[in-house]
Amino acid sequence: MILNLQKIEKLINSELSSKIKNSSIENEELLIETDENDLIDVVQFLKSNENCRFKQLIDIAGVDYPENEKRFELVYLFLSHEHNLRIKVLIKFQINQPINSLTKIFPSANWMEREVFDMYGIKFKNHPDLRRILTDYGFKGHPLRKDFPLTGFNEVRYSEKEKKVIYEPVKLEQNYRNFDFESPWEGTNYIKEIKNLEKDGKKN
Amino acid sequence: MAKKTKSLSLNFGPQHPAAHGVLRLILELDGEIVEKADPHIGLLHRGTEKLIEQKTYTQALPYFDRLDYVAPMNQEHAFALAAEKLLNVEVPIRAKYIRVIFCEIGRILSHILNVTTQALDVGALTPSLWGFEERETLMTFYERASGSRLHANYFRTGGVHKDIPMKLVEDIEKFCKSFPKIIDDLESLLTDNRIFKQRNVEIGIVSKQEALDHSFSGVMLRGSGIPWDLRRSQPYEIYKDLDFKIPVGKNGDCYDRYLCRIEEMRESIKIILQCIERLPKGPVISIDNKVSPPNRDDIKQSMEALIHHFKLFTEGYRVPKGDVYTAVEAPKGEFGVYLISDGSNKPYRCKIRAPGFSHLQAMDYLIRGHMLADVPAVLGSLDIVFGEVDR
Repeated sequence: MILNLQKIEKLINSELSSKIKNSSIENEELLIETDENDLIDVVQFLKSNENCRFKQLIDIAGVDYPENEKRFELVYLFLSHEHNLRIKVLIKFQINQPINSLTKIFPSANWMEREVFDMYGIKFKNHPDLRRILTDYGFKGHPLRKDFPLTGFNEVRYSEKEKKVIYEPVKLEQNYRNFDFESPWEGTNYIKEIKNLEKDGKKN
Repeated sequence: MAKKTKSLSLNFGPQHPAAHGVLRLILELDGEIVEKADPHIGLLHRGTEKLIEQKTYTQALPYFDRLDYVAPMNQEHAFALAAEKLLNVEVPIRAKYIRVIFCEIGRILSHILNVTTQALDVGALTPSLWGFEERETLMTFYERASGSRLHANYFRTGGVHKDIPMKLVEDIEKFCKSFPKIIDDLESLLTDNRIFKQRNVEIGIVSKQEALDHSFSGVMLRGSGIPWDLRRSQPYEIYKDLDFKIPVGKNGDCYDRYLCRIEEMRESIKIILQCIERLPKGPVISIDNKVSPPNRDDIKQSMEALIHHFKLFTEGYRVPKGDVYTAVEAPKGEFGVYLISDGSNKPYRCKIRAPGFSHLQAMDYLIRGHMLADVPAVLGSLDIVFGEVDR
């Protein structure tokens, strides 16, 4: 399987050389990075090339790195039944950058892109029906962005007075407690020195 | 001269017994013919992915029970495999067998529910009464292993939580010997039943190409004649040592999918029996105490074990930086977890790939041109559970 992945990696790099920014195999998985403007071409190639035949779009995962200049990443997961291979295609882009929709190539991208739009606010060009999908009707904000609080902004309850379900700002009886147990301790200085010595010793 | 009719829009659900949960389906009807279906989902959205980002890996696991709550352990399995791949932990062989036994029990649980409720949707009451009795027995097995019938929280990174007693293994074996008879009974009610066939044969046909285009997996793919099962093609755990068949349909209609599920239950029984026969002895969770808790005796004796225990249940374990996608063949199709770790004790991102999400997406294409009465039949054969669709 690894051998096949290496072959595919070589093939993609030689055929699409200018469009591939980066490629790597980690944890027995092939990841290629491309520019968001070349996405359609790359995916089209992956789907139609005889040695690839990635005919199924498994999922689209958005990732948010607020500290990066190119804040968002999209990871497209593909599966080839014929060659029994998987591939991940990564694009990085800035906030407010619209991305080309894959719905023409893979009809199943429709809801996946709607979900990404709903969760991250990423817009897709040429999408037939870009609506929110999982959140409430009239929901504001994009919940999976890292700056969206876990408790959200609004809560609902049934109002006896108005005889209907109403929205109110979240009021917590007790603050949400995020216990951070992560130890900052990496070992005292002398242990680090011993470790470094060991490393250097191995090199020599 | 033909009279022009106005199309009617009908709101199906979210409180409809045949909607399999909280599906809201907006149907455009021309007489009794469906012209368009627009599923509105998200009524059961609980923000699982957001919650997982705030929890340690151990705490994140129970959320997976609550996705497809009909076969909880299969979901846990995908997450456990993802974390294990990043951590590079070795799972003891006995744990692998126990996992497979309970995954197959999960498959039977899910298929019984689906087959019988599909029958219920098209008018047969008895199968569900017969089937649910067996589900109860199976859930008792879940309870005896994990302590709860539904939300098991039994799998761990590196193995399973506790060993199973010998008596439980014997009882599962006894069940496996008697269950094929129950499948026969169910089949005698449905397979050749005139009404059941009229409602399902040549309804909701999916061609091979369309099954691929719409990202179908599991029975939805096999029903259309594509022999693809992750247990066979990308085997995990011990599936490659086991002898089982993959049932594949011919026509890709609701009836073929029903037949596939029935056959899969029989194959699952075979798998469980093989596992029980070969079940080795040994530990059930990785002995690496950086990942799995030490046993109680050691905590009383050894300072190091006490520290391990304390660190595991406060900080949890740290997972090396990286990203990984693992998929398992859940009863409903390919259930995948795309996990990104930033090297801390909490997942940076955990994308859950639920098979039902893509299946339900195809509802519009499947039901177009069918009669209104076919909606529950098609919906039933898609095997939708809202826990996983809405996440």
